Amino acid sequence: MIQDNEVCLVPISAIARGGLFVGSVEIDAEELQTRELNDRLRKLMLAGERKVIIRNVCGQRYIGTRLYSPERHQMEIEVYGIPGNDLAAFLFGHKVIVHGNAQDGVGNTMDDGEIVVEGRAGDVLGFSMRGGTIYVRDGCGYRTALHMKEYEDKKPVLVIGGTAQDFLGEYMAGGVVILLDLKDQGHKASFIGTGMHGGTIYLRGSVKSSQVGDQVAISPVDESDREVLDHYLSGFIERFPMLGLEKDEILNSSFVKLIPRSKRPYSNLYTY
Amino acid sequence: MKSFVFPEFQIIRDEAKCGQCRGCERQCAFGAHTYDPVSDRLISDNYKCVGCQRCAVFCPRDAIVVQPNPSFYRSNASWSREKLEDVKRQAETGGVILTGCGNDKSFRIYWDHIVLNASQVTNPSIDPLREPMELRTFLGAKPDLMEFKVNDEEVDIATSVSPNLMVQTPIVFSAMSYGAISYNAFLSLATAASKLGTYFNTGEGGLPREMREKFGKHAIVQVASGRFGIDAEYLNCAAAVEIKVGQGAKPGIGGHLPGEKVSASVSATRMIPVGTDAISPAPHHDIYSIEDLSMLIHAIKEATNYEKPVSVKIAAVHNFAAIAAGIVHAGADIIAIDGLRGGTGAAPKVIRDNVGIPIELAISSLDRRLRQDGIRNRCSIIAAGGIRCSADVIKAIALGADATYIGSAALIAMGCNLCQKCYTGKCNWGICTQDPRLSGRLNVDIASQRLTNLISAWSHEIREMLGGMGINALESLRGNRDHLRGVGLHEWELDVLGIKGAGE
Repeated sequence: MIQDNEVCLVPISAIARGGLFVGSVEIDAEELQTRELNDRLRKLMLAGERKVIIRNVCGQRYIGTRLYSPERHQMEIEVYGIPGNDLAAFLFGHKVIVHGNAQDGVGNTMDDGEIVVEGRAGDVLGFSMRGGTIYVRDGCGYRTALHMKEYEDKKPVLVIGGTAQDFLGEYMAGGVVILLDLKDQGHKASFIGTGMHGGTIYLRGSVKSSQVGDQVAISPVDESDREVLDHYLSGFIERFPMLGLEKDEILNSSFVKLIPRSKRPYSNLYTY
Repeated sequence: MKSFVFPEFQIIRDEAKCGQCRGCERQCAFGAHTYDPVSDRLISDNYKCVGCQRCAVFCPRDAIVVQPNPSFYRSNASWSREKLEDVKRQAETGGVILTGCGNDKSFRIYWDHIVLNASQVTNPSIDPLREPMELRTFLGAKPDLMEFKVNDEEVDIATSVSPNLMVQTPIVFSAMSYGAISYNAFLSLATAASKLGTYFNTGEGGLPREMREKFGKHAIVQVASGRFGIDAEYLNCAAAVEIKVGQGAKPGIGGHLPGEKVSASVSATRMIPVGTDAISPAPHHDIYSIEDLSMLIHAIKEATNYEKPVSVKIAAVHNFAAIAAGIVHAGADIIAIDGLRGGTGAAPKVIRDNVGIPIELAISSLDRRLRQDGIRNRCSIIAAGGIRCSADVIKAIALGADATYIGSAALIAMGCNLCQKCYTGKCNWGICTQDPRLSGRLNVDIASQRLTNLISAWSHEIREMLGGMGINALESLRGNRDHLRGVGLHEWELDVLGIKGAGE
């Protein structure tokens, strides 16, 4: 149900970004249902709007999902409040910033773009993600990064400030997951990487072999891994300046790397 | 380890006819024929033969016969040859037995126990050669009520109507992924579907980019647990999106496309590296409940701007009708239901042959359940798994389906002989392989023409049968069980099917 959007679209200001002045519009989501909110976002995208701020978000789902356009319009969406499930599912190259916690299914089957969560994310974060980057300031729930996959230069990256719960990286087929555990709580998840056949998980701190699946090898990080960590840690610090992190201090702490033992974990399962 | 299994087939070569052209040697990817230059003869190795009949069909002198191997184990009603040999194979390897195609066991085929009606004297039959017959139908949710606005002479529909798929005949090509089948086979299905005004289902292996513009509007694209090759463009280029939960050949389990079949082009379409196993987990790990399914259905509707119907495909299992009702409440516009005999490119044989229920019973119980719940109009039913001919299609419609999916029949039209070796990737017919030497054998023009011929022929037969019943539109037959009678069925079977016995 597409409604008249005259009332809700109030250009608030022009903000400086990269030396250019870019307009932004604001939506008050207080009275809006999921579909109405996403109708408005889509209209704005098609109208060529580059930046939208949504206030008073409370449980509306699929924010950023209905923003496919053959012309590949790009938008930056700032969310104030708590977005509902499947935030930025199938995200097609946009940027979504959440000033608060997010719920389940953030970045489900995301294609490209960036999601920043200034708080915690729920279960199934980055499920089947196939490109783009997600930064989560705090921790996340169960089933994170399941079946994440990569292809050539399309490599999904997930950086978590805290740690994750069980089933992290199950069936993982590509991409990079970094768990920083900034509060030194330790990684307590079980069944990490069951069925993993691609990609890399970096954990700050350590993990016991009983916590990971049979298909996973735990190994120390080398120089090239440090470069990867350096790169994404810089990105993390840039997005969460409020944490006041010292990059070198974190980089110099101990990390382990989880990689699959084989690209083909089940090749010997069958008879002739 | 010496294998104790003896060959399944025997290759008999008529030496008098054989011209040593070595055609059979070139045709067989399994290496059953080799040329011996010393004796200038072709030697056959029965152990390597899979019974696909490629060499027999292509021998220019008709010199080859491939027949079941007459060697036998002592006859035993309990220990059939297959059971015995499976035990031997597993004793030798410790592995799960893989197979392809659909369940080949002797479960009752209800189609063959159901007969159709015809008009005699009253309600005269209709001649489809003289009179228009409507096979066109629409797949998707229909509104509970239609409201109209009348302005002067103009009549407009006031109700907002959900997107529907228009099919010109109730036969749609079932999900067969690029990766499982060859590019040429995939392209042949797409070409035939667009010529015929019907649809092909991409399966879960993605839709190659270069095919999206031309064939997207005839594609039902799948979102399965592996989520291969899925982006917003893939979803938006299609006519409809199908969430695959289950498959008749392997209900409850996932799939592994072996690394050997993940070629450069398959990897580009699935967006995974070359040579890795493409693993589809058993469940969707973001769907553990009807509520979760509803979330994915609506995520897809959002991603496609509410412009496409969303289908959910499940395997027919014991309590599926109640689950399907939940799926309708979750927002699905189409339910695709795949029965016991549904095919596959690879499945553990024990699953294929022992899990699920026959599609005939499933269609009837699903249609009944949805009508009882008052939600039949809110979704269409596509029946799949074991549709072999136009009579099966029309019986499926009369039992309550809106349309049918055909998989094996389409493959047979292209040359498949159901040798069940799809999982080896060595299909001599160029259908179920990624070896360019083999897939090049399938000519897209010819294969798509054969598919078009098949569907045109079936459609004409359906018109004839409909006309014979005095019906001129497919939609008048839907769920019209009065036109069906059972022969040789038990009372419980008649009850589940909702039909009377013949003569009643």
